[in-house]
Amino acid sequence: MNSTIAIKKSTKKKTKKAGSMFFIYLMLIVIGAIFAGPFLWLFITSFRTGANLYDLNLFSGKYSFDNFTGVINFMNIPQYIINTLIITIGAIALDITFSSLCAYPLALMQFPGKKLIFALLIALMIIPAAAGLVISYLTITYMHLLNTFLGCILPCSVGSFSIILLRQAYLGIPKELMDAARIDGASELKIWSRIMLPEIKPTITTVIIFDFIGNWNQFLWPVIVLQDPGKYPLATALQYLNGMFNYKFGYIAAGTIISIIPVIIVFLIFQKNYINAVAGAVKG
Amino acid sequence: MSSLKAKTRQTIAAYCFMAPAFVILILFAVIPIIGSIPLAFCNYSVVGQTKFIGLDNFIRAFNDPDFRIAIVNSIEFILIVPPLQILSILLAILVNKKLPAISFFRVLYYIPVVTSMVAVAIIWGFLFDANGAINTLLMNWGFISEPLGFKDSAAAAMPCIMFITIWQGLGYYMMLYLAGMQSIPAELEEAAMIDGANKFTAMIKIKIPLLKPYIWFCTLTSLISAVGVFDIVFVLTKGGPNNATMVINYYSYYKAFNDYEFGYSAAIGLVLATITTLFSIAVFIYGKKGGGMTNDE
Repeated sequence: MNSTIAIKKSTKKKTKKAGSMFFIYLMLIVIGAIFAGPFLWLFITSFRTGANLYDLNLFSGKYSFDNFTGVINFMNIPQYIINTLIITIGAIALDITFSSLCAYPLALMQFPGKKLIFALLIALMIIPAAAGLVISYLTITYMHLLNTFLGCILPCSVGSFSIILLRQAYLGIPKELMDAARIDGASELKIWSRIMLPEIKPTITTVIIFDFIGNWNQFLWPVIVLQDPGKYPLATALQYLNGMFNYKFGYIAAGTIISIIPVIIVFLIFQKNYINAVAGAVKG
Repeated sequence: MSSLKAKTRQTIAAYCFMAPAFVILILFAVIPIIGSIPLAFCNYSVVGQTKFIGLDNFIRAFNDPDFRIAIVNSIEFILIVPPLQILSILLAILVNKKLPAISFFRVLYYIPVVTSMVAVAIIWGFLFDANGAINTLLMNWGFISEPLGFKDSAAAAMPCIMFITIWQGLGYYMMLYLAGMQSIPAELEEAAMIDGANKFTAMIKIKIPLLKPYIWFCTLTSLISAVGVFDIVFVLTKGGPNNATMVINYYSYYKAFNDYEFGYSAAIGLVLATITTLFSIAVFIYGKKGGGMTNDE
């Protein structure tokens, strides 16, 4: 008698649990549709031709790669991809080299002015960059870098965020390692490049990911610095093409998909590094 | 004597290491920010002579009807967007369960965060279009008989901007709250449950107080980005239609790069930077006072 009640109770509990599981997954999927649905819609639309592309009826019309071949041939997408790569790789290279050099003494050397410099770096992180847009533009003009890739790259390369992140990584290196190298009489530059740099590889990867996503997506500074639309990176070019050819929605859709896929792939591969660094920002 | 020499040598080495980064930071971060202070007190533009004009730019700003509209719109944005972004706590609670495939959903919700604002604006621009998916859907379901204007109507453009901002940002704040929740030891909650608390009270009494530094950080971050909202306005509406989405930061940009009134633009930018910096200092001081956010020394 007792045992049947117990069995009844446990099955009841199980169905209740299954019910709430079903409800949780339903919610997860509905919310997922709100966040990812628009991307999915664009993705499917980018393969459609002929039909009214604006509508929701994804099953009318034909599917083909026409939009992709069209946007690549008529809108010079390969050139924009090359521009984006030049800007992104240039900015990453400068940031990694200069920031990892700069963070090293801030973490592991003793020198006057260290505290002040660190405070200034934090202040730079706090003050909004938009405040300095006009003077940055004038500086680039005076340096005769207007309408050049270098003018696009330099202001967006070294960031105080990268320096602070890398400094944190150097602080984690065991002190004995450095002392041992010093005793051997190696020069500071050698100690840095042979011993320290390999130790902070994981953080360098994180900085590269942040820089990649940030620079690949940036569109405002290129509009200001580059007068020739032929030099625009992909995001800026899309904004420009969307203004001029928005009747060619299939092309714009395909171009947008081309522009977001690299970022999503990089994010998916390195999501652990990326998310840890984002979460660490609250503490660090 | 030799130790003093070693010290000097290390100082020189340290500054040599930092020099390349400093050159770039000084040229493109320090000088632009400091330089915009004197600029705000001049009538610098591409035409005419540059003169020191005292507070004229600031006086002009407060009598400028367009700037007033921008302030009102920005305040509206600040009052609505950051409070709604607190909803990301609920999202974090939802994905903080140990379930199969849960990390798939976490990543899914985060995708808008890493996507460029240009792509986001193109997607939503077409979804919100007069012939777009949302209008079609609403008409098919019989909610409306004629397509709504959304981003092209003065009444709906601002809500569209707000919606897209929240949509793009929720995943970011969710991830921060999730990190916060996972730093709370599970035993704490279990102990409360054994003491007779149900799930809800355990959350209110145990989790929320421990999440306080995260709530504080996220609220201020969303407040600061609401004060400086720019990207989405730039790519979607350019302040229009009819100034309906003109916000302070976009107005400052517009004055500089459309009207080439650099001095006036700098004055507006300075007001904005001051507000943002004050907010940030508030976070920082709170963190130092034991809010538990900064552990740097």
